Amino acid sequence: MPLALRVAQSLSEAAGILAADPRTRLLSGGTLVMRDVNEGRLTDGTLLRITDPAFRQMQVSGNRIELGAGVTMAAILANRELAFLHAPARAVGGPAIRNMATIGGNLFAETPYGDFTVALLALDAQVMVLAGYGSARAMPLEEFLAGRARGEARLVAGIQLNRPQNAADFRFLKVSRVKPKGLSVLSIATHLPGSSSRIGQARVAYGAMGPVPMRARGVERALESKALDAGAIAAARAAALEGVAPATDAIATDWYRREVLPVHLVRLLGERA
Amino acid sequence: MEFRKDLFQNERDDNLNVVGKGVQRQDMPGHVTGRSPFFDDHAFEGLLHLKVVRSPHHHARIRRIDTSAAERAPGVKRILRGADVPVNKNTLLSLINFGKDDEPTLAVDKVRYKGEPIVAIIAESEAQALAARALVRVEYDPLPTVFDVEEALKPGAPLVNDTYPGNTFEYHEKYDHQKLRFGDVERGFSMAEFIVEDRYQMSPIEHAPTETNGSIAAPEQNDRFVVHSCAQGLFFSLGTAAKIVNLDSNRLHFIGGTVGGGFGGKVDSLTEPLSILGAMMTGRPVRYVLDREEEMLYGSPRGAERIYIKDGIARDGRILARHIRSYFDAGAYTRLSSYAAIKCTAHLPGPYTIPNVASDIYVVYTNRCPSTAMRGFGITAVDFALEVHMDKGAEACGMDPMEFRILNAYRDGDMKAHRRVAKNTALIECVQVAAEKARWPISEEAKRQSSLTGGGGARAEIPATPIDENGRFGRPDTRNGRSTQTLPAGTMRIPMTKQPIMEGSTDNRAKPPAVPQYEPYRPASAPPPPAYQPPPAPAPAPAAAPPPAAPAAPASQHGAHRFSSIFGTRRR
Amino acid sequence: MAKVPVQFRLNGSDRAAFADPADNLLTVLRRGLNDFGPKYGCGQGTCGTCSVLIDGELRLSCLTLAAACEGASIETVSGMADGPNLHPLQNAFMEHFAAQCGFCTPGMLTAAKALLDRNPNPSREEVIDAIAGNICRCTGYEPIIQAILSAARGMPAQRRS
Ligand SMILES: Cc1cc2nc3c(=O)[nH]c(=O)nc-3n(C[C@H](O)[C@H](O)[C@H](O)COP(=O)(O)OP(=O)(O)OC[C@H]3O[C@@H](n4cnc5c(N)ncnc54)[C@H](O)[C@@H]3O)c2cc1C
Ligand code: FES
Ligand code: FES
Repeated sequence: MPLALRVAQSLSEAAGILAADPRTRLLSGGTLVMRDVNEGRLTDGTLLRITDPAFRQMQVSGNRIELGAGVTMAAILANRELAFLHAPARAVGGPAIRNMATIGGNLFAETPYGDFTVALLALDAQVMVLAGYGSARAMPLEEFLAGRARGEARLVAGIQLNRPQNAADFRFLKVSRVKPKGLSVLSIATHLPGSSSRIGQARVAYGAMGPVPMRARGVERALESKALDAGAIAAARAAALEGVAPATDAIATDWYRREVLPVHLVRLLGERA
Repeated sequence: MEFRKDLFQNERDDNLNVVGKGVQRQDMPGHVTGRSPFFDDHAFEGLLHLKVVRSPHHHARIRRIDTSAAERAPGVKRILRGADVPVNKNTLLSLINFGKDDEPTLAVDKVRYKGEPIVAIIAESEAQALAARALVRVEYDPLPTVFDVEEALKPGAPLVNDTYPGNTFEYHEKYDHQKLRFGDVERGFSMAEFIVEDRYQMSPIEHAPTETNGSIAAPEQNDRFVVHSCAQGLFFSLGTAAKIVNLDSNRLHFIGGTVGGGFGGKVDSLTEPLSILGAMMTGRPVRYVLDREEEMLYGSPRGAERIYIKDGIARDGRILARHIRSYFDAGAYTRLSSYAAIKCTAHLPGPYTIPNVASDIYVVYTNRCPSTAMRGFGITAVDFALEVHMDKGAEACGMDPMEFRILNAYRDGDMKAHRRVAKNTALIECVQVAAEKARWPISEEAKRQSSLTGGGGARAEIPATPIDENGRFGRPDTRNGRSTQTLPAGTMRIPMTKQPIMEGSTDNRAKPPAVPQYEPYRPASAPPPPAYQPPPAPAPAPAAAPPPAAPAAPASQHGAHRFSSIFGTRRR
Repeated sequence: MAKVPVQFRLNGSDRAAFADPADNLLTVLRRGLNDFGPKYGCGQGTCGTCSVLIDGELRLSCLTLAAACEGASIETVSGMADGPNLHPLQNAFMEHFAAQCGFCTPGMLTAAKALLDRNPNPSREEVIDAIAGNICRCTGYEPIIQAILSAARGMPAQRRS
């Protein structure tokens, strides 16, 4: 059977459709799904669109931020309240892609994509998952990513995160060969609260250094309760490669990724020292 | 842009209407309004879409092809197999009687590279063609593969292309490589103060045109077919397609010339034959366009080349001898690589006057995607290698690299290695201007040189030239043989008769003449020898860091300095 | 297969077509409505030749589900000129030799228009960013950047002789 199309008016309707039919694929911004259609990898089943405005809603006023999974990178860039997320949002594709690419799709994008997700990981974001009819369940992003391959999370309604208390504590870096737009050799996000004196709750995340965006636990440990000085940066560098398992793809070899990661990490940390 | 009107004044007419002036292109209004008619910009009622099934293996025997499920799929109008292609074996240059037919349009018994087309599906929509494509079942027995040009020449290497059992293109129905012989390189090396040799490797390069390859063919009046084509050489494509679909060429009406970027990648007629065949079989317009992935992976790249260069250089910096051995990676089929090797040979030894030159250029078959033309193919890679090698030569004899080039540059009246007199040479002036622009200091002596003077005379002589029978095909024992005879000085050329070899031809093939006929060449009146005396070379400084270990030198190099390293090893 | 109707405004006119449910907008524009301005260069979002404006926003029509465009206003390069009068960007592209084979040109013009509609006075960096999703294999980009900057300045390019 050829591909069919369904439209869900509400998130819970969408969740129900997705739970009932494993051959239904959610189409969010479509930048990845439509490619699969165009190239014949997706030739049967159903595409599902969601028209529920909640899917694209943003709550950005307070400290707790809620973003619908259908929010695009361009919508984030157009919102001044979200300035701390502008660097990772701008890191996704060119201007036309950013007008289409959504947060939800980015959570599912395969490496070396997923730059925005790397930033969310360093910000301890929660993913709001709908597993069928019913209300959304919040899940730590790291847990969500670990289960992503198993296809359990059929519908992500949105994400929640706390605004960093000090914008300078959050940094994002994407390394690519083609500029200004290119796929990631790797990306790094760091959230180091208190980095002006003593770091507490260090969060460091990598993209393209493993099958899904990952936390750099060794680096976090090396920085925890330290001042961000030369000694701490050296310790972070020494721990930079702990747990990484990068792939070789058209952009870079795994060897290259390992080789340059510590260099970029030190640069990113040094920027604020 | 700057025109150097001071150079070659009397060789140029300055009253030209177009050259040197800004003139609007006539296709520009179409481009900026989106109305330039590219091949795909034509509406047809009842247009069908063609997609091909490609081999997932680099080399395999096809055991079975099952299209029954695909035939029943919605929208499918017709499925084409190798047996449906009227002349299912072709080589592009058969149109000029060069090479043997070696490539099927749709593979029949074997696939020889990953991505080789096997089955074509024609359906009402692209989506239906794609869906049906997924239903075709092909069973394969994978075969051993070879991806390296030198591995492919070793005894026992997998046979890639059955038409060429030695895994090389066959030149002049005789040799497994294209030869160039001018003077005696061995003697040149023995007289040299410095021997510089190295290995160069250039990767395949994809043209990546913004418009992918494609065509639309449709039945027209009078039993003809109209074909909107992306081809760079529209009539070359017409001839190729006419042969493959076995129609008189006047029954094909090709329309094209508006090409969305070609760079050499649109000369292979990758899609036209199947579009036409589809239109013949269905009676409807058929469109066959490569998608981006097909274009990048299977749309023939510039072939990889491996090049070995050995120079013998005199103490004063003159290059006395140059030997080049190069391997073109043709991929699984010939396409245009055979021609690239001829171009390469004609280009050697680069724009320099060297009294002893020899080259052996191989076109080698491997289980890679067939390679084809691309912007200066046959020249670009070897030029890269030659110019890097010139820098190394300059370093070896302690000369400035610019002056080393000026010293060795050809001048008007010099004899080139392929026995044509050099005319309108301008390398010396180019180097002088480049040095000036880069503020690279060169000596007054070098600045005074001119390509107009100092050439010819002794530099126009054709030296006595030993020739050899190395690489007679079917005779591996000849590969490292000695020269068999010496052509006397002044020999212009050895005429070789050659006849086309067409697939399935039964009549007698051309036989090489038993006795080479020598045509003597008499140089024009000899101008005085060049006045340029390069600054005396300092004694070669021992290299600061010793170069990596050189491959074992043949014993005959008596005491010459050797500079050698091997490129291409990569840290893992 | 059941086709679905789609209606939208295309370059100022109401148009309707029947599409397959999963058809992308590029296919519907080209094969359904014979607007051959936007081109197919990749079908995967990497080349930008299919760029169109949807409700004023730059989009890749190859990655846009046609059925989702119901009621939208779509602009393509075909509607850029006002009758015989070219858009300043089109004139600037001609003046600056910003097209060679011309295949990227419709997408480049569309991306440039999306920029100038919002930011009539862009910096060179902003121009580069605006066309970052559009590939040109012929020109090397510099003439295109110059053309867009000169169109923004609204002054005729200085002809080089
Ligand atoms: C040219 C190009 C350049 C790109 N560059 C980048 C880049 O630089 N960095 C980067 O990170 N990415 C890049 N991408 C990838 C992609 O565009 C982004 O990752 C984008 O965020 C994906 O979002 P989308 O809405 O388009 O996803 P879609 O294509 O709509 O969906 C992708 C997948 O996620 C699933 N999905 C989407 N939303 C949900 C949801 N709410 N709940 C459950 N499942 C969902 C879909 O079913 C599908 O399987 C690029 C893509 C292209 C084509
Ligand atoms: S065809 Fe849409 S981006 Fe290339
Ligand atoms: S002009 Fe040819 S791709 Fe841009």
